[in-house]
Amino acid sequence: MNTAADTQPTTQAALVIRKLFKAYVAGQPVLKGIDLTFGGTGLTAIIGASGTGKSTLLRCINRLVEPTSGEILLEGEDIVRLGGEQLRAARRRIGMVFQEYNLVERLTVMENLLTGRLGTIGPLDAWLRRFPPADIEHAFALLDTVGLANFANQRADSLSGGQRQRVGIARALMQEPRLLLADEPTSSLDPKTSVEIMELLREQGRANNIPVIVNMHDVELARRFADRVIGMRNGEVAFDGAATALDDGMLRSIYGGEGWLQ
Amino acid sequence: MSGAAPLRAQPAYLPPFRQSNAQRAAFVLLAAYALYAAAQFDLTWARFIIGLSNGARFLGRMFPPSFANWEPLLKGMLESLEIAVLASVVGIALSLPLGLLSARNLMPAWVTWPARSLVALCRALHPVIVAILFVKAVGFGALAGILALVVASVGFIGKLFAEAIEEISLKQVEAVRASGASFANVITYGVLPQVFSRFVGFGTYQFDSNLRNSTMVGIVGAGGIGATLFSAFQRFDYDFVCAILLTIIAVIVIGETLTNVLKKVFRA
Repeated sequence: MNTAADTQPTTQAALVIRKLFKAYVAGQPVLKGIDLTFGGTGLTAIIGASGTGKSTLLRCINRLVEPTSGEILLEGEDIVRLGGEQLRAARRRIGMVFQEYNLVERLTVMENLLTGRLGTIGPLDAWLRRFPPADIEHAFALLDTVGLANFANQRADSLSGGQRQRVGIARALMQEPRLLLADEPTSSLDPKTSVEIMELLREQGRANNIPVIVNMHDVELARRFADRVIGMRNGEVAFDGAATALDDGMLRSIYGGEGWLQ
Repeated sequence: MSGAAPLRAQPAYLPPFRQSNAQRAAFVLLAAYALYAAAQFDLTWARFIIGLSNGARFLGRMFPPSFANWEPLLKGMLESLEIAVLASVVGIALSLPLGLLSARNLMPAWVTWPARSLVALCRALHPVIVAILFVKAVGFGALAGILALVVASVGFIGKLFAEAIEEISLKQVEAVRASGASFANVITYGVLPQVFSRFVGFGTYQFDSNLRNSTMVGIVGAGGIGATLFSAFQRFDYDFVCAILLTIIAVIVIGETLTNVLKKVFRA
């Protein structure tokens, strides 16, 4: 797999970010004019020190965080301008996986998966847990895919970290997303489980033919699983290229210093 | 360890559990006021002894309790029970939306401010005073008692509901929002599962409390066993008073047992 970095806007670009700024406090931008283009497939890892805006960038894409200015085009539609029903419709097309899984602890695994379909059903049906049979079949199929076929009726808080993250991924896939975001999905997991989760993310991106964008801290994992790596420093893109092009020199310029490189 | 470490100013060592002068002054003031207040009421040991012997006579006349006049007792108790149940149902039904509107982590300030004010207003006056107001407004009887206890319920569990919602994990809410769910669906799947069992706890607690208060609002004419109790006191019918008090205790104990069962049913 060597699709290399494709920073030129193409007609099939799934996601285009233009001049994205975000300042939580006026005058102190966390994101300083991000320009990125993501093609229709492939796994992109975003690396960088803590506090450089990786999470903010990801959360701007589905507007969990409000961008200060700029454009975010999801399949040609500017998400920044959307509101209300249209924004929710856009969020439905973006699956998201979280560092701490963010499952609804007191709901069962199945109910957590069906949460991924909440954007498609009305409040009364949601209240009565009345989901279309096709959604329920889809949920069982996904549980099978992530290896949790027998866990449907267990409560989410009874699962281990790795199992929870699999549920988190299945929930995101329930949305039948056009884009999958993952915010440090392996940072709370052991090394072996981390690899399994990254494999699952890559596989599912390929199987569904959608781009996957993963924030991560583990440079080795990024090298191993990403087709493209974006390095962020101080709210700007410091590196954008194929994972194979990421050498120690680049890492130094992304993270600063060098004592930590063995 | 190369070279001498640069000298740094160390912060002063502060012993744990230290008291500031302001705290000491507060304790002294509190003790002084308690002594002053006791002096105001002429609270002496002799006065207490007189009270005790009077109490012994009173207790003596209460026993044995007399259930001979059981009809008004049963009628009053059933009315109290009805007041408690109705006030709890209506009070909880009103507190759910008010609690949600008061939750500062989900609602903007212009919504929470009026909602919190309304709840605080409901809590400001003691249920007996509210009951008197309603007796004056809607007349004697159970309706005044129900309305008074609805106000008390909203004032109390409206606040507890809001606090429970303010303590939820927003990570779970964030994940449900990210799926494109509408606000109503976010509440149903992201918020409610996190607070439901606590709501059941608060609701049953309020029912306990309403049951107790419903035996009392009758004293001011707002329906229930309280009226029967009050007139028995007026007639110095102390053995009947004792029968009423024993019945109230029995009902409260049964009520608490029932609410414990209710909690188990909902937490399963």
